[in-house]
Amino acid sequence: MAIEVRIPTILRSYTGGAKIVEGAGDTLAELLSNLDSNHAGLRGRLVTDEGALHRFVNVYVNDEDVRFLGALDAKVSDGDTVTILPAVAGGAFGFAAAAAIISHSAAAGRRAPVTTR
Amino acid sequence: MLSIDRAIRDAIVAHARRDHPDEACGVVAGPVGSDRPTRHIPMDNAARSMTFYEFDSMEHLRVWREMDDRDEEPVVIYHSHTATEAYPSRTDVSFAGEPGAHYLLVSTRDPDDEEIRSFRIVDGVVTEEPVEIVEAAVDPHAVQSYMFGQSPTTVDYECSGR
Repeated sequence: MAIEVRIPTILRSYTGGAKIVEGAGDTLAELLSNLDSNHAGLRGRLVTDEGALHRFVNVYVNDEDVRFLGALDAKVSDGDTVTILPAVAGGAFGFAAAAAIISHSAAAGRRAPVTTR
Repeated sequence: MLSIDRAIRDAIVAHARRDHPDEACGVVAGPVGSDRPTRHIPMDNAARSMTFYEFDSMEHLRVWREMDDRDEEPVVIYHSHTATEAYPSRTDVSFAGEPGAHYLLVSTRDPDDEEIRSFRIVDGVVTEEPVEIVEAAVDPHAVQSYMFGQSPTTVDYECSGR
């Protein structure tokens, strides 16, 4: 058995179009490193340079948001389903204000948004 | 082009008006590959803000799973701007994560004017598209009361024991 990982449309370019891939590891961090060996670049879209989960990517182990399970330290085991969903967010205010909020959230233990290429 | 039923469009506008001055957000799901938005799902704005919206992460998972189970996808992702025009902000563009979706924006800045526009947002590039309002086919699940001799698509002449 392995851990089933559900990949959102926007990240399927890293999985050859696959919607579901399999990986292994005892924690989410290990799982993402394992996935990256088969799907190079995937981890970089989920984890910041500082080594934390991106603020605007939601990752779930089964039915739980990993933010409530220790984020990258969340335990995973064979038979679990990990779901990745890019946060649906936005709004009218300007980018400077958004950046301020995001850095505020980062300071509070959350992290900056996904910056695409 | 986005084709959307008048009833769904009206429900989206009503949602945006109801949550004003906070931003409202939601999804219209449709069968995978159909490009037809058929099921309106108003979502909570977890940010409860006049200038920002974010789906609640647990509701997001539940709704996305449900779509998966029903072979649906998010055909439309909508939100409102409550003091500015219905055009994607830089924030909207940087967060747009569903390249296949129509991003529908409603502005509620003018209580008497309905401003609805639709966009594709792919790799940071915004392209506006026309919105076609379709007069919906009759909902077969609704109780209808048509006069004999009229010919809507489907008619339930009486309640069938529900």
